[in-house]
Amino acid sequence: MSTAAIPAPSLQATDTSRSRKLRNHLATGFIWATFLAAALPLAFIVFYVVRAGMRLFSYDFLVTNIPIISAQPGPGMAPAVVGTLLITGAATAIAVPLGVLGAVYLNEYGRRGALATFIRLMTDVMSGVPSVVMGLFIYTIWVLRYGLSGFAGALALACLMLPIIVRTSEEMLRLVPAGLREASAALGCRTWRTTVRIVLPAALPGIVSGAMLAVARAAGETAPLLFTIGVVSKPNTSLFGANTALSAQIFKNAQVPFPAAQDRAWAAALTLILLVFVLTLAARVVSARFARK
Amino acid sequence: MEVMSETPFVPLTPRPAVAAVPDGPGDTAAVPVFETDALSVYYGSSLAVSDVKMAINRAEITALIGPSGCGKSTLLRCFNRMNDLIPGARVEGSVRYEGVDLYADGVDPIEVRRRIGMVFQKPNPFPKSIYDNVAYGPRVLKMKVDSMDDLVEEALRRAALWDEVSGKLKKSAMALSGGQQQRLCIARAIAVAPDTILMDEPCSALDPIATARIEDLMTELKHDYTIVIVTHNMQQAARVADRTAFLTAVVHEATGDRHGELVEFAPTATMFTAPSDERTEAYITGRFG
Repeated sequence: MSTAAIPAPSLQATDTSRSRKLRNHLATGFIWATFLAAALPLAFIVFYVVRAGMRLFSYDFLVTNIPIISAQPGPGMAPAVVGTLLITGAATAIAVPLGVLGAVYLNEYGRRGALATFIRLMTDVMSGVPSVVMGLFIYTIWVLRYGLSGFAGALALACLMLPIIVRTSEEMLRLVPAGLREASAALGCRTWRTTVRIVLPAALPGIVSGAMLAVARAAGETAPLLFTIGVVSKPNTSLFGANTALSAQIFKNAQVPFPAAQDRAWAAALTLILLVFVLTLAARVVSARFARK
Repeated sequence: MEVMSETPFVPLTPRPAVAAVPDGPGDTAAVPVFETDALSVYYGSSLAVSDVKMAINRAEITALIGPSGCGKSTLLRCFNRMNDLIPGARVEGSVRYEGVDLYADGVDPIEVRRRIGMVFQKPNPFPKSIYDNVAYGPRVLKMKVDSMDDLVEEALRRAALWDEVSGKLKKSAMALSGGQQQRLCIARAIAVAPDTILMDEPCSALDPIATARIEDLMTELKHDYTIVIVTHNMQQAARVADRTAFLTAVVHEATGDRHGELVEFAPTATMFTAPSDERTEAYITGRFG
């Protein structure tokens, strides 16, 4: 038998492969178009906020008090910077431990049980509550009795953060391989020890990402703060007593017809974006260092 | 009453038995560590393993073989109460460990598991350093140790892994090969000084060379530990086990449900040369029964 009897294979493109190539190009183009449609607005927002915000943004802007007369030009957002850090920080301090412990209960203890299922449902309901309603809720149960305060704002923000943290943390805990829990249990460790020493460290980067998402969301919330924190023109470093926040100041200054106030609103918006960006970056660095150990 | 280890290192020697075993001459040979009687396991309402009666001897390797779904892993997990972790799992009958019923009231499954170690089918090192993987158990159990470094070295030596990892103890365990990871898991189990080690198909994710190393290791370890191994590799059972139990899946005629049953339990040589049950013979000769 000679091999010459076998005809050379045709390696030319066929109609099928040409049409497949065309469809491939079309799909790739479509994906790029959707990416641009999603990314362009973001780019524009950042561009406009930076451009308009830079007119007033400076170190002075962060440490000077807000002018009492709106029409007065010049910097000043210190009370709002202090307020945002304080109120968001307090809300985080309330919501993160509660949320992570809740997620630990749901995933490590409650699992498919009736109580866990009920809590999951309630968490979903809670994350669907509009933020303004959450503000009203705190207004009725707290502010009417104890008055306007940064703490009341922190409570409202914590209520908004809680469901986000519970659900993201639970997802992250679920991703930890069951084999690790079994290995630890087989060594004679109780569920709680296993959770603290094996499961939570393994899920930490994801939990931090989820918490930062919630922090970013809370830092930008305006509605729940409108009737919970009041307003001040000098920094209030106490959680109690009236306070103010960047988001509330953006809302207030953008509403008035004076260019000076509008400039302050833009610079406050830039400050808020930078703040959330820096916090997210810091949290990533810290959790990456933890995860390596 | 205990076979003491030759090494002077105290924490790694097997612990004394929980309950009194009859002392005296004759108990060194074939002392049962585990005795099961009318042992059945249910997952929810479905029966997984039915009516197992067997005795597992000290300082021997006992293999559980049988086709998939015959309940050999389920049976193994009764010996350290790992089935407790599966929602809906329920055990009937008794499992006696050194004469004490593991499922009696007042028995703490945590205490059971620190005496009876386990190695799993898929190597599952913690995402920590090699050192921390081995030290994890002793630390969490707050074992009194003179030197953690010595304990880690000893455990890794016994698991035949020390030479390969001695220079990189602080490196992540996840970077090891599959076979090394499995030996690390064995070292981790040894580090808490168990009496018995349960192995659930420990070589099924490994290549033949890594498998041979683990098998050598088992033979080495059986002087100090009782080993129970689940395997679906009959050659492996024939190579390492002193005694072999054959389980098979039985179909209930009325309902069509399947459950596992112990067919035959005998010295490995007898099992593979002169099985007394024809189902065993069909299985070991490759005519799947």
